[in-house]
Amino acid sequence: MFDLDPWTLLTIVLLGCITVITRGFFFISSKPWTLPHWAQRGLQYAPIAALAAVVIPEIVTTQGVFITTWQDARLFAAFAGMAWFFWKRGVLGTIVCGTAVYLPLRLMLGW
Amino acid sequence: MFFLREHRGRPEFWQGFREQTTVAMGIGAWGLMTGVSLVQSGLSPLEAVLMTLIVYAGSAQLAAVPMIAAGAPLWVILAAAFCVNLRFVVFSAHLRPYLMHLPRWQRMVTGYITADLSYVFFARKYPKPGSTPDELAGQQAYLMGNCAVNYVSWMGASLLGIALTNVIPVAWGLGFAGILALLGVLCSLATSRLRVVSAGVAGAAAVAAIALPLKLNILVAIASAVAICLVLEKLGPQDPAGGVRHV
Repeated sequence: MFDLDPWTLLTIVLLGCITVITRGFFFISSKPWTLPHWAQRGLQYAPIAALAAVVIPEIVTTQGVFITTWQDARLFAAFAGMAWFFWKRGVLGTIVCGTAVYLPLRLMLGW
Repeated sequence: MFFLREHRGRPEFWQGFREQTTVAMGIGAWGLMTGVSLVQSGLSPLEAVLMTLIVYAGSAQLAAVPMIAAGAPLWVILAAAFCVNLRFVVFSAHLRPYLMHLPRWQRMVTGYITADLSYVFFARKYPKPGSTPDELAGQQAYLMGNCAVNYVSWMGASLLGIALTNVIPVAWGLGFAGILALLGVLCSLATSRLRVVSAGVAGAAAVAAIALPLKLNILVAIASAVAICLVLEKLGPQDPAGGVRHV
């Protein structure tokens, strides 16, 4: 319960430093400096790209392999969630509606 | 940091707070399952609590724990976490002009607590950095309201997950609620044709490159989506609903 391996503790502290360094990477220097114009324009496409890069593999792959069946609860849940979003425009509803489709398919049908 | 009075006193703080509560449930479900998996992958509950409180980066934690359990060399674990977190380096480049008016320690603390969804909400809300100190302070307050909800729901749910490790079966797949939260936010960002293209390219590239180690497929996906959108923007006719308005 309260085991604490010193080496693991060191690893955890250094992982915390990695979080600080990566999240604040371009905040470290105080020198005046701005991104080139093309990069500034490109960054407006970055947030949605980052989300899609995280979300879509989680829906259509299993253990690093593209799924080969349509009997997957995640597909139906994602579809239901998106349908809700474009109907009512609410993220909370997207979560609730998607989960309501996901859990029965997963727990009762084993998809 | 996010409970400084100068932030709480501004309406933008509470606006950010309210907007982030719409996804708090998804973040909570995701945090819960992260807490459960930390202990199931081999950390003691105390180690899992410390990791949750110190590291505050779910995907890096989930990547690191099996390596810690397997006794991987320290530098390999740190390099893996750095790669998994590389998207935050991109985010920090974006946020730099919004934060440079702050002293360095405040910038670093702000960066540390700004996770994926706080960044996305902020970038969606403020396409341009404020031009006056007052505007900048309002934007900072909005970000802090966002981060407060994100931080509290993530930490609370992760700690609960660690406590309930033996009660919640991973097989239920409750973590999928977190993916649904991200999906909802993704849809809300799809405000121009080129952004839809960006999402499509990034999703396809992330799946195509999924065999890359250390989640580098995410970085490949962001880079290719941004590159293709920049090229299309140059080539294509000026789409009235296109990205130009969203600089």
